[in-house]
Amino acid sequence: MSDRIREKLNILADAAKYDVSCSSSGGTRKNDNGGLGNSHASGICHTYTEDGRCVSLLKILLTNHCIFDCAFCVSRKSNDIKRAAFTVQEVVSLTMNFYRRNYIEGLFLSSGIFKNADFTMERLLLVVKKLRLEERFNGYIHLKTIPGADPALLQEAGLYADRMSINLEMPTEASLKLLAPEKSHEDVKKPLALIQAGISQFSDERRLIKATPKFVPAGQSTQMVVGATPDSDKDIMFTANSFYKNYGLKRVYYSGYIPISHDSRMPVIGTKPPLLRENRLYQADWLMRFYGFDVAEIVNDQFPHLDEELDPKLSWALRNLEHFPVDINTAPYRMIVRVPGIGVASAQKIVQARKSGKLHVFQLKKIGIAYNKARYFIRCADSPQVFGDFHASQIKGYVLASGRSKYMRQAANQLNLF
Amino acid sequence: MHSFICDGSMEGVLTAVFEYFERHGKNSPDAAVLHTPSSWVPDAFSAPVHVHSDAVKAARVWKGLGQRLDRAWLRRVFCCYLSEQPEALMQLFSFCNYVFLGGAPDNYGNAHVQAVASVARSVEREKHRMEAFIRFEELEDGLFYAAADPDFNVLPLIAKHFRDRFADQQWLIYDRRRQYGLHFKAGQLEEITLETAPLRQTPAALLDEKEALYAQLWKDYFKSTNIPSRKNMKLHIQHVPKRYWKYLTEKLPS
Repeated sequence: MSDRIREKLNILADAAKYDVSCSSSGGTRKNDNGGLGNSHASGICHTYTEDGRCVSLLKILLTNHCIFDCAFCVSRKSNDIKRAAFTVQEVVSLTMNFYRRNYIEGLFLSSGIFKNADFTMERLLLVVKKLRLEERFNGYIHLKTIPGADPALLQEAGLYADRMSINLEMPTEASLKLLAPEKSHEDVKKPLALIQAGISQFSDERRLIKATPKFVPAGQSTQMVVGATPDSDKDIMFTANSFYKNYGLKRVYYSGYIPISHDSRMPVIGTKPPLLRENRLYQADWLMRFYGFDVAEIVNDQFPHLDEELDPKLSWALRNLEHFPVDINTAPYRMIVRVPGIGVASAQKIVQARKSGKLHVFQLKKIGIAYNKARYFIRCADSPQVFGDFHASQIKGYVLASGRSKYMRQAANQLNLF
Repeated sequence: MHSFICDGSMEGVLTAVFEYFERHGKNSPDAAVLHTPSSWVPDAFSAPVHVHSDAVKAARVWKGLGQRLDRAWLRRVFCCYLSEQPEALMQLFSFCNYVFLGGAPDNYGNAHVQAVASVARSVEREKHRMEAFIRFEELEDGLFYAAADPDFNVLPLIAKHFRDRFADQQWLIYDRRRQYGLHFKAGQLEEITLETAPLRQTPAALLDEKEALYAQLWKDYFKSTNIPSRKNMKLHIQHVPKRYWKYLTEKLPS
């Protein structure tokens, strides 16, 4: 008995791990029924795997049987791997017992498509209903929306899940058609729009009637695989931007492709995953969401790729030196937050602190800005006098020489000689 | 330079603030530092003031702080005290004096403001880590037990989180360094001290029969969810520092 469940967990956790979404934030469920669990607004990462990724949810597939044959997926029909399926009760007991021991924040439940979309979605729904209604579980539940499932099933699932997501898989329609001819971005847009409509409808009603039930309170997210196809960073960021804008997504995840098949359409097995590129994409994503940047400022036809050597904010600044230097003691918040080396938290502290007097270099360092980077772009009370302007390439040289990137030693796609 | 020596309790620090203003008033702010007996090094030029903790004086100072600081800053003050570090108490004392002299708490250019904010941040981080890294084991009598050894005294900060979350189970979180724990049963939360200090690892005989299976499943899951081709031990250790490993189920040998 225990050997069988161990084997199932190994197979179905292994198959689910390429979905990088891990967040458990944004839940608002309170433990007001004397049951188990409550949401933590910012989410909690309970542990980290040896690859440095956070583990906050029990992330599993209900089954890895699948009728589709998507080239980039381990569970594709034509792949010769062990298959398994959990029963509803098995998922429920695993979730409850892991949660009681404080191993996890909740459940991330996805599934291969067996039989058809409706049948699969019904099974997922059975699990969440049992957890919420019978076990009085108030922890976090992230549920995959199965494209093509009956809208009524999706609507019902939204009443029990905290977050729902569907993966775009590939940044462009063309790449998706190449690797997964049976899928299209249109299949993803329809259910995203359906859930989005539900979210705004319920939040309108909540304004009038406080007892309105929750509907996907932590919103929706999606994921794109990066590096399996030759899409540019511009393609990726523009797609992400349009999904943020049109479907109110909470997150877009970028997953560096890890070669898992000998398919000639994709990088060969053994190719290193593009970790640095993935990192730069996340940085650009943050600039869009928290720093007031427009996507076309970060990538455009002239600069379709993010610079791997420099973070996207620094490379934007070097292309737009006319905006600098920014005077820390007088500039508006939106400009301070655009200075390379100053983050949101530091910018807020600066704006507070300067009310009590002009700020000097030592204070800025204490506040926590990356002064080695920021120094070329700011003026403060005791900035040293500089004669003549630096050229962008000079600043780039200084910044690169002053810090050593954590990626320098093992650049992505670079073979080790020794 | 005037020196004050207090016993290191919250009451002591607040009383010291009271004594400082009683001696010096608001008009002649002299520099003063606060010590605990352990951090005090006598010198030939000044006589320290020994502060006797006084509940009434402390309450007056706390009330005064409440009028000048918002909730977030009052929490930072409390966190700073829970850090149990002599330098933190020193900064806390100077910060309180600065606030009573009319200083703005959000002036991050000020050294005391900066110091209190950064100590409070470390304490909040430790609190968050405890919420993440506590691992309960089910004992045969149904009690969910976890041992811990936090860097700072954060049990008071995590009590609410665990009470709300595990409302339908009986649990105990025990701080082995400070020798006290939080026990929760049937809606009642209480602070307890065990007569015999518990071991780091609970003997298998005391565990519930299902415990070994779920601990094993969790270890399996931890292994299968890892992607070996992305291995990054530096990042792993940065997120889960080694000093926490001894209580983490997934890090213990099978």
